[in-house]
Amino acid sequence: MKKTIVSALGVAAMSVTAFGASAATLDDVKAKGFVQCGVSQGLPGFSNPDSAGNWTGIDVDLCKGVAAAVFGDATKVKFTPLSAKERFTALQSGEIDVLSRNTTWTATRDTTLGLNFAGVNYYDGQGFMVRNDLGVKSALELSGASVCTNTGTTTELNVADYFRANKLEYEIVAFEKADEVVAAYDAGRCDVYTTDQSGLYAQRLKLTNPADHTVLPEIISKEPLGPVVRQGDDQWFNLVKWTHFAMVNAEELGITSANAEEMKNSDNPAIKRVLGTEGEFGAALGVGNDWAFNIISQVGNYAETFNRNVGPDTPLAIARGTNDLWSKGGLQYAPPIR
Amino acid sequence: MSNTKNSISFVRAEMVPEMAPPINESGVLGWMRKNLFSSIPNTILTLLALYILYLIIPGMIQWVLTDAVWSGESRLACATIAQGGELPNDWKAACWPYVGAYLKLFIYGRYPDAELWRVNMVLIMFFVGLVPLLMPNVGFKRENLVFMLVIFPIASFVLLSGGNLDLNGFLLPDAIMGPSEFKFWVDFLILSLIICGVVWAYMNATDTDPKQAVTITAITMAVLAVILFVMSVDFGLEPVETDRWGGFVMTLVIAVTGIVAALPLGILLALGRRSDMPAVSLFSVIFIEFWRGVPLITVLFMSSVMLPLFLPDGVTFDKLLRALIGVALFSSAYMAEVVRGGMQAIPKGQYEGAMAVGLNYWQSMRMIILPQALKIVIPGIVNTFIGLFKDTTLVSIIGLLDFLGIINLSHSDSTWATPVQAMTSYVFCAFIFFLFCFGMSRYSIYMEDRLNTSHR
Amino acid sequence: MAVTDMPSGDEKPKVKLLNDPKFRSMIFQALLVVLLAWLVWSMIDNAATNLQKAGIASGFGFLSTASGFGLNFSPFLEYTSSSSFMQVYWVGLQNTLVLAVIGIFFATIIGFIMGIARLSNNWVISKIAYWYVEVMRNIPLLLQIFIWYKGVLATLPTSKNSIDLGALGFLNTKGLFAPQFIFGEGSGVMGWALLIAIAVTFVINGWAKKRQMATGERFPVFWTGLGLIIGLPILMYFIMGQPVTTEYPTSGNFGPRGGMRVIPEFIALILALSLYTAAFIAEIVRAGILAVNRGQTEASYALGLRPGQTLRLNIIPQAMRVIIPPLTSQYLNLAKNSSLAVAIAYPDLTAVFAGTALNQTGQAVEIIGMTMLTYLAISLVTSLFMNWYNAKNSLVER
Repeated sequence: MKKTIVSALGVAAMSVTAFGASAATLDDVKAKGFVQCGVSQGLPGFSNPDSAGNWTGIDVDLCKGVAAAVFGDATKVKFTPLSAKERFTALQSGEIDVLSRNTTWTATRDTTLGLNFAGVNYYDGQGFMVRNDLGVKSALELSGASVCTNTGTTTELNVADYFRANKLEYEIVAFEKADEVVAAYDAGRCDVYTTDQSGLYAQRLKLTNPADHTVLPEIISKEPLGPVVRQGDDQWFNLVKWTHFAMVNAEELGITSANAEEMKNSDNPAIKRVLGTEGEFGAALGVGNDWAFNIISQVGNYAETFNRNVGPDTPLAIARGTNDLWSKGGLQYAPPIR
Repeated sequence: MSNTKNSISFVRAEMVPEMAPPINESGVLGWMRKNLFSSIPNTILTLLALYILYLIIPGMIQWVLTDAVWSGESRLACATIAQGGELPNDWKAACWPYVGAYLKLFIYGRYPDAELWRVNMVLIMFFVGLVPLLMPNVGFKRENLVFMLVIFPIASFVLLSGGNLDLNGFLLPDAIMGPSEFKFWVDFLILSLIICGVVWAYMNATDTDPKQAVTITAITMAVLAVILFVMSVDFGLEPVETDRWGGFVMTLVIAVTGIVAALPLGILLALGRRSDMPAVSLFSVIFIEFWRGVPLITVLFMSSVMLPLFLPDGVTFDKLLRALIGVALFSSAYMAEVVRGGMQAIPKGQYEGAMAVGLNYWQSMRMIILPQALKIVIPGIVNTFIGLFKDTTLVSIIGLLDFLGIINLSHSDSTWATPVQAMTSYVFCAFIFFLFCFGMSRYSIYMEDRLNTSHR
Repeated sequence: MAVTDMPSGDEKPKVKLLNDPKFRSMIFQALLVVLLAWLVWSMIDNAATNLQKAGIASGFGFLSTASGFGLNFSPFLEYTSSSSFMQVYWVGLQNTLVLAVIGIFFATIIGFIMGIARLSNNWVISKIAYWYVEVMRNIPLLLQIFIWYKGVLATLPTSKNSIDLGALGFLNTKGLFAPQFIFGEGSGVMGWALLIAIAVTFVINGWAKKRQMATGERFPVFWTGLGLIIGLPILMYFIMGQPVTTEYPTSGNFGPRGGMRVIPEFIALILALSLYTAAFIAEIVRAGILAVNRGQTEASYALGLRPGQTLRLNIIPQAMRVIIPPLTSQYLNLAKNSSLAVAIAYPDLTAVFAGTALNQTGQAVEIIGMTMLTYLAISLVTSLFMNWYNAKNSLVER
C-alpha cells in the first residue's frame, strides 16, 4: 500500500519536470498554441466574465488582439483572473504572457518591478463617489470621512497624498478585492469610494441603488492604464505595443472590422501598410504579414472596442473624452506603421 | 456462639417489599428537582438560562423558518418597503430563494453545465467508496483503501480535468529526441531501468538476494506507468480548466487531496522525528515546527506569490495546484505530530519484540509499529481532517472560488442584493459545514470508544 | 549463518561496510543533506535568476523608504503616510499583538466559564455549554468572521442613524464611538498610585501567606488588594484636582466624531476569535477538570469546603497542570488565526505588511520571509514562556 503512495508522489514530481524550458515569449506562445492573459477578477467594461465564463471588456479585447496577431485567431487566448497582489508576480514568474488588467503605468513598476508598459489603452484618473444624501459637492468637503479603496493600488497612494496635501482628515479602509470594497461602501462602512473614475462608473452598477450615488467632479491623479509585459523580451514587447497601435491606427484610417476586407483594395498606402498588402511589417514583429488585418477584422479598431465595452451605449456610459483620437482633442496617438 | 441464629429474635426472616421511590426523586419532577432546582443558586441559574434561551431560540426560528421568504425571482421578493419591496420595514429574516437560485453555483462553481455529470460521478464514487471504509464491520478494507487512495484520485483527476495530460519527456536532451509523448515513455523506460539497476546494485552490495527487490521495484514502475498512461490518454472528455472549478466540490477536492497527500508525508516525518539519525531527526523537527509555527494564510500567500519565483524559468504551476501544495505541506506537519503521538503510545516491548524476531527497521515499522500506531490515531487523523476541512475556506482569500469564495462572489450580483443576503448565505454555509464537521467529530468519538475497549 | 561461522574470542565480526548500520546511517544522512542542500540551492538560484532576469529590485533597502499609504488603526504607534515601510511593519505587528492579547483575554474567560458550565449539575446549563462548544468549533473561523462582519455589523444603522448607547457612546456601521478619557496634567500621579497599590498588594499577599502558615489565621488579601488598587488612584484623582476628563463623541458631517473609536473590523475579529477559541478552551478545561481524581472533590466536601471553594482552591489548581500545555497551543492558534484579519481589512501584520506593503514594493521574498519569521518568533516565545510557567507549576516529584 505504502509503495503505491510513494509512487503517486513520484508522478507528481515527474509531471513537474515534464514541462519544457522556455526561450522567447513569442516562441513559447506559438509552441503552446495560445496567449495566456492576466485580467482582473471582474471589472465590468474592462475584464469581466459572464456566468458562462466568457470574458469581455476593453482589456480582454487587447489580449484577443494579440492572439489574432500571433495566430490569426482571436479565440486562442486563455484568461487568468488575478488580484492586485498577484498580478505582477504572475507576470514575472511567466505564469501569464501579458498582463492586461487596468494597471497604472508608474515609474516604480516600470523600473524596480521589472515590467514594461506596452502603451496606454485607457487614460484614466482617480475620482471619488459619495452618497447623494451626504450633500457633498466637492472632494474638499470630505474632511473626516471614511474612504474605501483597494490595497496594493496606486489609488491607495494617491488618496493619501491628496488628503495630506489638502490637510483633510480621513480614515482609509483598504480591502484586498474590488467586490469587498463595493460591498463595504454599499453597507455604509465608508462615506467615500475612490478608484479610477472608469472603475467608479463600472462598480456603481453593482450597488443596490446606483442612482443614489454621485461621482464627484475632481480627478486627483493621472492613471494611464495599459498592457504590461516582462522586461528583457523586446520582440514580445513590440508585438503587444503594436497590437494596440494597430487598433488606434485603424480607427484613424477608418478601417473597421466590417470594412477591413474591402479596405484591402484601398489605394491609400497607409491603409495598405496596416493591412499588410504593402511592406513586411509582420515579419519584423515575428508574425504573419496580415497581423493587423486579423486584429481589426476579428476584434475591431480602438473605437469599436471602446464603444462596445465602455462607450455611451453601454451601462457604463463613458464618453470618449481623453481617450478620443489626438486629432479629435483626445490623447490616443499611435506612431505610424511605416 | 453456635446457635446465636435462633436466639436473636430481631433478625428479619423475609425481605422488605420494594417500594416506589419518593415522588420527588423519580419521574419528571424528580429529575427536574435533581438537575435543575437542586439549590437556590442552581434555580437562579436555571431560570436565567431559560430566559436567555427564550430570547434566542424563538428569534432564530423566526429568522430561519417562519418569517423567512421561501419563493421569489429577484431581490424584490426579499426587500422591505423602504428598499422597494413589499415586506414590512422592520422585516429581517432569511431569503431562501436566493440560495436556491445560486445552489448550482455553490455546489459546482462555474463548471460547464454540459459536463456536470462528471462532477456528479466523482461525488458518487467518493461517497460509495467512503461509506464502507468508515464502517468498521464491512470487510474488504484493503481493497477499499486501494480504491480510495489510488483508483479514486486518478479517476477523479481524469473526470474533473478531462485528463489528456501532456507528457513531453524529461531526461534526454532535445538534441537526441524532440519533446513528444513517445519521448516521455522512452525517458520513463530509461529511468525505470536506472532505478532497478540501483536497487540491484544495492541489494548485491548488502549480500541480499536482489531478485525480489528488483521485481517489486519493476512492478511499482509498471503501475506508475499505467497510472501515467491513464492520466495522459485522451478519453474524448472536454478539458475543463481549474479556474472553472469551484464551490463545495472544490472544498472537497482541496480537503481530500490535502489529507491524502498529508498522510504519507506525515508518516515519513513522524518516523524521521523519532529517528536515531541526527540529521534526519533535526530536519524533521525543523520542518514540522516551521509549518506549525506559521499561519496557513501566510503559507498560501507564499505558495501563490513566492513559489513561482522559486521554480526554474518556464515551469509554472496551476493556481489550484499551488494552493494544494501549500495545504498539503501545512497539514503534513500536523499529521506528523498525530502519528508521532500514536507511535509513542506503542509500548517499548513491541519495538524490542520486532527487533528480537530479526526484522529490520522498515519491516518492523511496516509490520509491527505503524499498523498499531495508525489504528490508535484514527480519531486524531479525523480531527486533523476536520481542521483541514474548515481551513480550506482560507483559499478564498487568495482568490480561489471554493464554497465560501463563491458565496462571497454571489454577493456582488445585484439581482439578489439585500441587507439580509450576506447573512442568509453565511447561515446556509455554516449549516453545511456544521453538518459535515459535527458528523465527522461524532464519528471520531465513536471510533475512539470502539478502539478504547481493547485496552481496558 | 551457521554456528561454526561465529567469530571466536575478541576478533571483531567481519561484515561488509554496507551492512554496518552505523556506516549505512551515515551514508543515508549524507545523501539527505546533499539532497536538501541541492534543493535549497536550486531554489535560491532559481529565485536569484528569476529576479535578476526580470530586473526586480531585491534586498531590504525598501524598508527605509516612505510607504505613501494610510492606515486606519494604530492604537499606540505614530503613523502617517510618510512613515517608512519599517514603521508599517511595526504598526502591523502592534495591531496583531493587540488583537491577539485582547482575543486571548476574552477567549480564556469565556472558555473557562463554558468548560466549567459543561460539567455543571444543572442540566440546562451543561446543555447550553455543550451546544455552544459544538456549534462554535464546527463552523470555520473565517466564516464566523464574515458572519460577524458582513452579516451582523454591516447591517447596523448607517452613521447618520447611529444607535445611542448612552454613556457608552454610539454604535453604527462605522464602529463603536465610545467616550475617551483625556489624561490631563497630574494624572501621572494616578499611574504611580496604581503601581504602588499593586506592589503593596503583592507584599501583603506574601505576608498573609506566611502568617497563615504560621498561625492558621487568614487575611482577606483579595478585598484589601482590590480596595488599594481601586481606592488609591481614585484618592489621588481627587487630591490632584480631577485631572482626567472624558471626551464624548460629537456628531459631525459624516456621523459621530471624536472620543474613542473602535473600528468594526476589530470588533468582528475579537468576537469571532474569542468565541471560536473559547470553544476549544472549554473542551480543554473540561478534560482538565475530569482528569482530577473524584476523590479530591469528595475530600474537599468532607473538609467542609463549599462547591465554589472546592473548585477554586482544590480542583482548578490541580487541573491547571493538565490544562496548560494544550491551552498554550490554543493561544498560539489564536495568535496565528489573527492573520485572518486580512480578509476584512483590519490592518494586522499579514494585511498591511504581507498585503499592502508587498503590493506596493513587489518584494515578495523579503516581505513574506519577514512575516513568516515574525509569526514563528511569536510562536517560539509564547511556547518558551508557557513551558517555563508549566515547569514552575508542575508537580514536584520526589
